[in-house]
Amino acid sequence: MSLLEIDSVTLKFGGLTAVNNLSMKVEEGQVFALVGPNGAGKSTVFNLISRFYTPVSGSITFDGKDVLKLAPHDVPQLGIARTFQNIELFHQATVLQNLLVGRHRHRQTNMISQMLHLPSVRAEERAHRHAVEEVIDLLDLQPYRNSRIAGLPYGVRKVVELGRALASKPRLLLLDEPASGLSVEETQNMRWWIDDIRRHMKITVLMVEHDMGLVSKVCDRVLALADGAKLAEGTPAEVQSHPSVIEAYLGTNAVSKGGKVA
Amino acid sequence: MEVLQLLISGLANGCVYGLIALGFVLIYKATEAVNFAQGDFMMLGAFVTLGLVNPEYMGIPFWLALPLVFVIMGVLGYLLDLVVLRAVFGQSQVAVIIVTIALGFVIRFAVGEIWGHEPQSLRSPLALGDVRVGDLVLGLADVAVIIVTVIMTILLWQFFQRTKMGLAMQAASQNQMAAYYMGIPVKRIQGMVWALAGIVAAVAGILYASKGALDPSAGFIGIKAFAAAVIGGFGSLPGALLGGLIVGVIEPFAARYLPPGWSQIAPYALLIAVLLFRPHGLFAQVRAKKV
Repeated sequence: MSLLEIDSVTLKFGGLTAVNNLSMKVEEGQVFALVGPNGAGKSTVFNLISRFYTPVSGSITFDGKDVLKLAPHDVPQLGIARTFQNIELFHQATVLQNLLVGRHRHRQTNMISQMLHLPSVRAEERAHRHAVEEVIDLLDLQPYRNSRIAGLPYGVRKVVELGRALASKPRLLLLDEPASGLSVEETQNMRWWIDDIRRHMKITVLMVEHDMGLVSKVCDRVLALADGAKLAEGTPAEVQSHPSVIEAYLGTNAVSKGGKVA
Repeated sequence: MEVLQLLISGLANGCVYGLIALGFVLIYKATEAVNFAQGDFMMLGAFVTLGLVNPEYMGIPFWLALPLVFVIMGVLGYLLDLVVLRAVFGQSQVAVIIVTIALGFVIRFAVGEIWGHEPQSLRSPLALGDVRVGDLVLGLADVAVIIVTVIMTILLWQFFQRTKMGLAMQAASQNQMAAYYMGIPVKRIQGMVWALAGIVAAVAGILYASKGALDPSAGFIGIKAFAAAVIGGFGSLPGALLGGLIVGVIEPFAARYLPPGWSQIAPYALLIAVLLFRPHGLFAQVRAKKV
């Protein structure tokens, strides 16, 4: 059984078919990329998995459980975390506080003992703090620990958002364009982190990314989408040289010349 | 001695302002919207208590009626969010403000229809008797108001700083989308905030009605409480209380030592001064929102 299975999912907005009969399987331990031109439906697939959209047909299962039966706020409980293309952080809070909110799904103690701040609560909070500090160390966020998000540069915010997702100790991490807006050096860091996340934290990664350089370096499997439908699926090299992928990106002439998507 | 007497009665008044201001801040903290009906919530809470307790209505013993009042006002707050405010969920904050102003009118009208427009007094055990400390004569109501307010503030502070739900409320106010992805049921949380605001309003209403007569226009002291919340720094719970206390204390002193009429203006003069010199309030948690 695959960790995430999307089976013949179709989503329509009025007359527009945003996702068309899409099926895909993400295996445990994989780094899987969704690629495709703008408007292909990549982020829409993320929003389907996070239950912000409900498909008209098809099924989505995570570890054998029916995701479509859940409300959006129940999805993180399954162990699915995500980041956003446009970064969604708690702007008036510090980096540390943002990461601690990532621990929300793991808080167990009840409200009365929390208000009394009992030893059990303190022990739990120490454990959360410890988990968060591990993430801070992994992502080199130490200098920003107590900085408010509102004053941080874009590149750092991007890393904080990744950190918040990691703090929840997910089994599946959805990364929506992790390298967009990052400098060459920051993209390089992102590549190492994704490697670390897979190798050391044993987290499966599903990402949307335009930077084919990054995709071919970190991903095992790539699925190319266009107009909401699957164009091709395979290793990064297979997908990049697939004729219909080249056509979707560069037009029909490029195919006859035997071009390859950069 | 006179100064002390003025101070205590000012503090007691200030506590009522402070509690209403707490209601403002609660809703603001959790939804980034301002509930201009908070003063009318307070008045409604007072009338619900009066309707349950006073012998000419239901005549339930005061201490038995208290939990009932909290349940009624909590449920009412939750339902208001569910039925009215969720209709403007995701709209601009201006829409929420206008809806709450309208709510205030509706509450005032409904209360007037049910209980009449004449001033009435609540049969509250807090309204009876004085406490004598040396030469000082303090109304029992004044002392009760101060004690209850301090306890409420500590409870709310603990709730927001320590509990999973309190922190979830703050997270949801800053970024609803991100809050969903952290596993926070945003809409239910907002309903809980309104329920909490209803309960805080009920406490304020009972204390207010213990101190004097009550009529449907009592909710207008919400304007002073709003000034108090701004003076304290909108978004800060202790700030709201301190703002309330400042406004409450200024009034009797201005009435006693300044020319007639000044006590009416004094709180707003202070409001303007604070906005000019410390626009984020005296006790703001965020000094500057950087964009």
